[in-house]
Amino acid sequence: MFKSFEPNKIFIIISKAQKYVLFLFVIVLTIGLIEALVLSPEDYKQSEVVRIMYVHVPAAWIALGIFSSLAFLSVGSFVFKNKHLSLIAKSLAPSGFVFNIIALVTGSIWGKPTWGTWWAWDARITSMLILAIFYGMYLLSWRIYEDKEKVIKITSLIAILGAINVPIIKFSVDWWNTLHQPSSINILSTNTAIHTSMLVPLGIMTAAFALFSILIFLMKYNTELIKVKNKGLDRL
Amino acid sequence: MINEIISMNGYGAYVWSAFSFTLISFTTLYFVTKLHLLKEQKRFAAKFGSLNEDNARVARLQSINREILSNTSNI
Repeated sequence: MFKSFEPNKIFIIISKAQKYVLFLFVIVLTIGLIEALVLSPEDYKQSEVVRIMYVHVPAAWIALGIFSSLAFLSVGSFVFKNKHLSLIAKSLAPSGFVFNIIALVTGSIWGKPTWGTWWAWDARITSMLILAIFYGMYLLSWRIYEDKEKVIKITSLIAILGAINVPIIKFSVDWWNTLHQPSSINILSTNTAIHTSMLVPLGIMTAAFALFSILIFLMKYNTELIKVKNKGLDRL
Repeated sequence: MINEIISMNGYGAYVWSAFSFTLISFTTLYFVTKLHLLKEQKRFAAKFGSLNEDNARVARLQSINREILSNTSNI
Protein backbone atom coordinates (compact mmCIF):
# COMPACT_ATOMS: atom_id res chain seq x y z
CA MET A 1 0.00 0.00 0.00
CA PHE A 2 2.82 2.41 0.87
CA LYS A 3 5.20 1.24 -1.88
CA SER A 4 4.37 4.34 -3.95
CA PHE A 5 5.19 6.54 -0.94
CA GLU A 6 8.62 7.71 -2.09
CA PRO A 7 10.19 10.46 0.05
CA ASN A 8 12.39 11.58 -2.90
CA LYS A 9 9.40 12.47 -5.07
CA ILE A 10 7.42 13.81 -2.10
CA PHE A 11 10.35 16.06 -1.12
CA ILE A 12 10.52 17.67 -4.56
CA ILE A 13 6.75 18.26 -4.59
CA ILE A 14 6.61 19.77 -1.08
CA SER A 15 9.65 21.99 -1.73
CA LYS A 16 7.88 23.56 -4.68
CA ALA A 17 4.37 23.61 -3.14
CA GLN A 18 5.28 25.82 -0.15
CA LYS A 19 5.40 29.14 -2.00
CA TYR A 20 2.06 28.47 -3.75
CA VAL A 21 0.37 27.51 -0.48
CA LEU A 22 1.81 30.64 1.21
CA PHE A 23 0.51 32.83 -1.64
CA LEU A 24 -2.96 31.23 -1.48
CA PHE A 25 -3.02 31.49 2.32
CA VAL A 26 -2.26 35.26 2.25
CA ILE A 27 -5.05 35.86 -0.29
CA VAL A 28 -7.66 33.73 1.51
CA LEU A 29 -6.71 35.19 4.92
CA THR A 30 -7.00 38.76 3.60
CA ILE A 31 -10.50 38.06 2.18
CA GLY A 32 -11.43 36.24 5.40
CA LEU A 33 -10.30 39.12 7.62
CA ILE A 34 -12.24 41.69 5.56
CA GLU A 35 -15.35 39.49 5.72
CA ALA A 36 -14.93 38.74 9.44
CA LEU A 37 -14.05 42.24 10.67
CA VAL A 38 -15.92 44.53 8.25
CA LEU A 39 -18.57 42.88 6.07
CA SER A 40 -20.22 40.32 8.36
CA PRO A 41 -23.10 41.57 10.52
CA GLU A 42 -23.07 41.89 14.29
CA ASP A 43 -25.07 39.43 16.39
CA TYR A 44 -28.40 40.61 17.83
CA LYS A 45 -27.45 39.23 21.28
CA GLN A 46 -23.64 39.34 21.42
CA SER A 47 -23.17 42.44 19.25
CA GLU A 48 -19.68 42.87 17.70
CA VAL A 49 -17.99 40.47 20.10
CA VAL A 50 -19.38 37.60 17.98
CA ARG A 51 -16.55 38.32 15.50
CA ILE A 52 -14.18 36.39 17.80
CA MET A 53 -16.03 33.30 16.53
CA TYR A 54 -14.20 33.69 13.17
CA VAL A 55 -10.84 32.89 14.78
CA HIS A 56 -11.97 30.78 17.74
CA VAL A 57 -14.12 28.19 15.93
CA PRO A 58 -11.76 27.43 12.96
CA ALA A 59 -8.81 27.15 15.38
CA ALA A 60 -10.72 24.64 17.54
CA TRP A 61 -11.88 22.63 14.50
CA ILE A 62 -8.37 22.39 13.07
CA ALA A 63 -6.77 21.55 16.42
CA LEU A 64 -9.24 18.66 16.75
CA GLY A 65 -8.80 17.58 13.13
CA ILE A 66 -5.01 17.52 13.41
CA PHE A 67 -5.08 15.52 16.64
CA SER A 68 -7.45 12.98 15.04
CA SER A 69 -4.97 12.73 12.13
CA LEU A 70 -2.11 12.16 14.62
CA ALA A 71 -4.05 9.26 16.12
CA PHE A 72 -4.83 7.69 12.69
CA LEU A 73 -1.21 8.12 11.55
CA SER A 74 0.06 6.60 14.82
CA VAL A 75 -2.20 3.57 14.39
CA GLY A 76 -0.99 3.37 10.77
CA SER A 77 2.68 3.50 11.78
CA PHE A 78 2.04 0.63 14.25
CA VAL A 79 0.08 -1.51 11.78
CA PHE A 80 2.14 -0.92 8.61
CA LYS A 81 5.50 -0.41 10.42
CA ASN A 82 6.03 2.70 8.30
CA LYS A 83 8.27 5.32 9.96
CA HIS A 84 7.25 8.00 7.47
CA LEU A 85 3.74 8.01 8.93
CA SER A 86 5.15 9.00 12.32
CA LEU A 87 7.30 11.63 10.58
CA ILE A 88 4.14 13.05 8.97
CA ALA A 89 2.43 13.03 12.38
CA LYS A 90 5.43 14.78 13.96
CA SER A 91 5.26 17.48 11.25
CA LEU A 92 1.54 18.06 11.81
CA ALA A 93 1.73 18.43 15.60
CA PRO A 94 3.22 21.97 15.98
CA SER A 95 0.44 23.70 14.03
CA GLY A 96 -2.19 21.60 15.86
CA PHE A 97 -0.75 22.72 19.20
CA VAL A 98 -0.71 26.39 18.17
CA PHE A 99 -4.33 26.16 16.93
CA ASN A 100 -5.30 24.56 20.26
CA ILE A 101 -3.68 27.45 22.17
CA ILE A 102 -5.40 29.99 19.88
CA ALA A 103 -8.77 28.30 20.55
CA LEU A 104 -8.19 28.43 24.33
CA VAL A 105 -6.94 32.05 24.41
CA THR A 106 -9.56 33.48 22.03
CA GLY A 107 -12.25 31.46 23.86
CA SER A 108 -11.10 33.03 27.11
CA ILE A 109 -11.20 36.52 25.54
CA TRP A 110 -14.72 35.77 24.21
CA GLY A 111 -15.80 34.44 27.62
CA LYS A 112 -15.14 37.69 29.51
CA PRO A 113 -17.78 39.89 27.78
CA THR A 114 -20.30 37.05 27.27
CA TRP A 115 -20.06 35.01 30.51
CA GLY A 116 -18.36 37.60 32.72
CA THR A 117 -15.30 35.42 33.32
CA TRP A 118 -12.00 34.68 31.56
CA TRP A 119 -12.06 31.00 32.57
CA ALA A 120 -14.51 28.38 33.81
CA TRP A 121 -13.84 24.71 34.56
CA ASP A 122 -16.54 23.84 32.08
CA ALA A 123 -16.57 20.44 30.29
CA ARG A 124 -15.77 21.83 26.79
CA ILE A 125 -13.03 24.23 27.96
CA THR A 126 -11.43 21.70 30.32
CA SER A 127 -11.41 18.96 27.66
CA MET A 128 -9.76 21.41 25.22
CA LEU A 129 -7.13 22.16 27.89
CA ILE A 130 -6.54 18.39 28.26
CA LEU A 131 -6.05 18.21 24.47
CA ALA A 132 -3.41 20.96 24.71
CA ILE A 133 -1.66 18.93 27.44
CA PHE A 134 -1.65 15.86 25.14
CA TYR A 135 -0.23 18.00 22.31
CA GLY A 136 2.43 19.30 24.73
CA MET A 137 3.37 15.78 25.85
CA TYR A 138 3.52 14.62 22.21
CA LEU A 139 5.85 17.45 21.17
CA LEU A 140 8.00 17.17 24.31
CA SER A 141 8.47 13.41 23.78
CA TRP A 142 10.00 14.05 20.35
CA ARG A 143 12.47 16.46 22.03
CA ILE A 144 13.28 14.36 25.08
CA TYR A 145 13.84 10.85 23.69
CA GLU A 146 16.83 10.15 21.44
CA ASP A 147 16.03 6.52 20.55
CA LYS A 148 13.94 6.57 17.36
CA GLU A 149 12.06 3.31 18.01
CA LYS A 150 11.24 4.35 21.58
CA VAL A 151 10.04 7.84 20.64
CA ILE A 152 7.75 6.48 17.90
CA LYS A 153 6.15 4.07 20.40
CA ILE A 154 5.73 6.73 23.11
CA THR A 155 4.34 9.44 20.79
CA SER A 156 1.99 6.94 19.13
CA LEU A 157 0.69 5.90 22.54
CA ILE A 158 0.15 9.57 23.52
CA ALA A 159 -1.72 10.26 20.26
CA ILE A 160 -3.93 7.16 20.56
CA LEU A 161 -4.72 7.82 24.26
CA GLY A 162 -5.35 11.51 23.53
CA ALA A 163 -7.77 10.60 20.74
CA ILE A 164 -10.19 9.28 23.39
CA ASN A 165 -10.57 12.94 24.41
CA VAL A 166 -11.64 14.04 20.88
CA PRO A 167 -15.24 12.67 21.00
CA ILE A 168 -15.47 13.91 24.61
CA ILE A 169 -14.69 17.45 23.37
CA LYS A 170 -17.21 17.12 20.53
CA PHE A 171 -20.09 15.83 22.66
CA SER A 172 -19.23 17.59 25.96
CA VAL A 173 -21.82 20.30 25.25
CA ASP A 174 -24.53 17.64 24.78
CA TRP A 175 -23.55 15.31 27.64
CA TRP A 176 -23.11 17.93 30.37
CA ASN A 177 -24.67 21.25 31.31
CA THR A 178 -21.98 23.65 30.21
CA LEU A 179 -21.45 27.37 29.92
CA HIS A 180 -20.28 26.74 26.37
CA GLN A 181 -23.03 26.91 23.77
CA PRO A 182 -24.00 23.74 21.82
CA SER A 183 -22.74 23.20 18.26
CA SER A 184 -24.29 25.59 15.75
CA ILE A 185 -23.07 23.66 12.72
CA ASN A 186 -23.52 19.97 12.04
CA ILE A 187 -21.74 18.59 8.98
CA LEU A 188 -24.07 15.56 8.95
CA SER A 189 -27.16 17.73 8.74
CA THR A 190 -28.28 20.59 6.51
CA ASN A 191 -29.73 22.41 9.52
CA THR A 192 -27.47 25.12 10.83
CA ALA A 193 -28.15 27.74 13.48
CA ILE A 194 -25.91 30.27 11.73
CA HIS A 195 -27.10 32.64 9.02
CA THR A 196 -25.29 32.53 5.66
CA SER A 197 -23.91 36.06 6.22
CA MET A 198 -21.91 34.60 9.14
CA LEU A 199 -21.37 31.15 7.68
CA VAL A 200 -19.48 32.53 4.64
CA PRO A 201 -16.75 34.38 6.65
CA LEU A 202 -16.52 31.37 8.98
CA GLY A 203 -15.94 29.12 5.97
CA ILE A 204 -13.32 31.45 4.47
CA MET A 205 -11.45 31.78 7.77
CA THR A 206 -11.54 27.98 8.18
CA ALA A 207 -10.05 27.61 4.69
CA ALA A 208 -7.32 30.16 5.56
CA PHE A 209 -6.48 28.34 8.80
CA ALA A 210 -6.41 24.99 6.98
CA LEU A 211 -4.02 26.45 4.38
CA PHE A 212 -1.78 27.76 7.17
CA SER A 213 -1.65 24.34 8.82
CA ILE A 214 -0.78 22.79 5.42
CA LEU A 215 1.99 25.37 4.94
CA ILE A 216 3.52 24.69 8.36
CA PHE A 217 3.21 20.94 7.78
CA LEU A 218 5.04 21.20 4.42
CA MET A 219 7.87 23.25 5.95
CA LYS A 220 8.20 20.98 8.98
CA TYR A 221 8.07 17.77 6.89
CA ASN A 222 10.69 19.26 4.58
CA THR A 223 12.91 19.91 7.63
CA GLU A 224 12.40 16.37 8.92
CA LEU A 225 13.34 14.82 5.55
CA ILE A 226 16.53 16.94 5.42
CA LYS A 227 17.37 15.73 8.96
CA VAL A 228 17.03 12.12 7.71
CA LYS A 229 19.29 12.91 4.74
CA ASN A 230 21.80 14.62 7.06
CA LYS A 231 22.08 11.35 9.00
CA GLY A 232 22.45 9.55 5.67
CA LEU A 233 25.50 11.71 4.84
CA ASP A 234 27.08 10.73 8.18
CA ARG A 235 26.91 7.07 7.13
CA LEU A 236 28.80 7.63 3.86
CA MET B 1 -16.59 54.06 9.63
CA ILE B 2 -12.98 53.58 10.79
CA ASN B 3 -13.91 54.55 14.37
CA GLU B 4 -16.78 52.03 14.32
CA ILE B 5 -14.44 49.28 13.17
CA ILE B 6 -11.90 50.15 15.85
CA SER B 7 -14.36 50.54 18.74
CA MET B 8 -16.58 47.55 17.71
CA ASN B 9 -19.47 48.88 19.79
CA GLY B 10 -17.28 49.00 22.90
CA TYR B 11 -15.94 45.46 22.36
CA GLY B 12 -12.89 46.54 20.33
CA ALA B 13 -10.38 45.51 23.01
CA TYR B 14 -11.75 41.94 23.03
CA VAL B 15 -12.17 41.52 19.27
CA TRP B 16 -8.84 43.11 18.30
CA SER B 17 -6.86 41.28 20.98
CA ALA B 18 -8.32 37.91 19.82
CA PHE B 19 -7.42 38.62 16.17
CA SER B 20 -4.01 40.06 17.10
CA PHE B 21 -3.14 37.02 19.23
CA THR B 22 -4.07 34.73 16.33
CA LEU B 23 -2.00 36.66 13.77
CA ILE B 24 1.00 36.98 16.11
CA SER B 25 0.85 33.21 16.77
CA PHE B 26 0.76 32.54 13.01
CA THR B 27 3.71 34.85 12.33
CA THR B 28 5.80 33.39 15.17
CA LEU B 29 5.10 29.77 14.15
CA TYR B 30 5.87 30.56 10.49
CA PHE B 31 9.23 32.20 11.24
CA VAL B 32 10.31 29.61 13.82
CA THR B 33 9.51 26.80 11.35
CA LYS B 34 11.27 28.65 8.52
CA LEU B 35 14.34 29.22 10.73
CA HIS B 36 14.56 25.48 11.56
CA LEU B 37 14.25 24.62 7.86
CA LEU B 38 17.01 27.05 6.84
CA LYS B 39 19.28 25.82 9.67
CA GLU B 40 18.84 22.19 8.58
CA GLN B 41 19.49 23.10 4.91
CA LYS B 42 22.69 24.93 5.89
CA ARG B 43 23.83 21.99 8.04
CA PHE B 44 23.24 19.65 5.08
CA ALA B 45 25.21 21.90 2.72
CA ALA B 46 28.11 22.11 5.20
CA LYS B 47 28.19 18.31 5.62
CA PHE B 48 27.98 17.81 1.87
CA GLY B 49 30.88 20.24 1.37
CA SER B 50 33.06 18.26 3.74
CA LEU B 51 32.56 14.95 1.84
CA ASN B 52 35.42 13.56 -0.26
CA GLU B 53 34.96 13.44 -4.03
CA ASP B 54 33.78 9.80 -4.20
CA ASN B 55 31.23 10.15 -1.39
CA ALA B 56 29.97 13.43 -2.85
CA ARG B 57 29.43 11.68 -6.21
CA VAL B 58 27.45 8.88 -4.49
CA ALA B 59 25.38 11.40 -2.52
CA ARG B 60 24.65 13.39 -5.69
CA LEU B 61 23.03 10.32 -7.27
CA GLN B 62 20.00 10.84 -5.03
CA SER B 63 17.58 13.39 -6.47
CA ILE B 64 16.49 14.47 -2.98
CA ASN B 65 20.10 15.49 -2.14
CA ARG B 66 20.37 17.50 -5.36
CA GLU B 67 17.07 19.20 -4.55
CA ILE B 68 18.23 20.13 -1.01
CA LEU B 69 21.46 21.57 -2.43
CA SER B 70 19.63 23.59 -5.08
CA ASN B 71 17.28 24.96 -2.39
CA THR B 72 20.28 25.82 -0.20
CA SER B 73 21.95 27.75 -3.01
CA ASN B 74 18.81 29.93 -3.22
CA ILE B 75 19.09 31.03 0.44
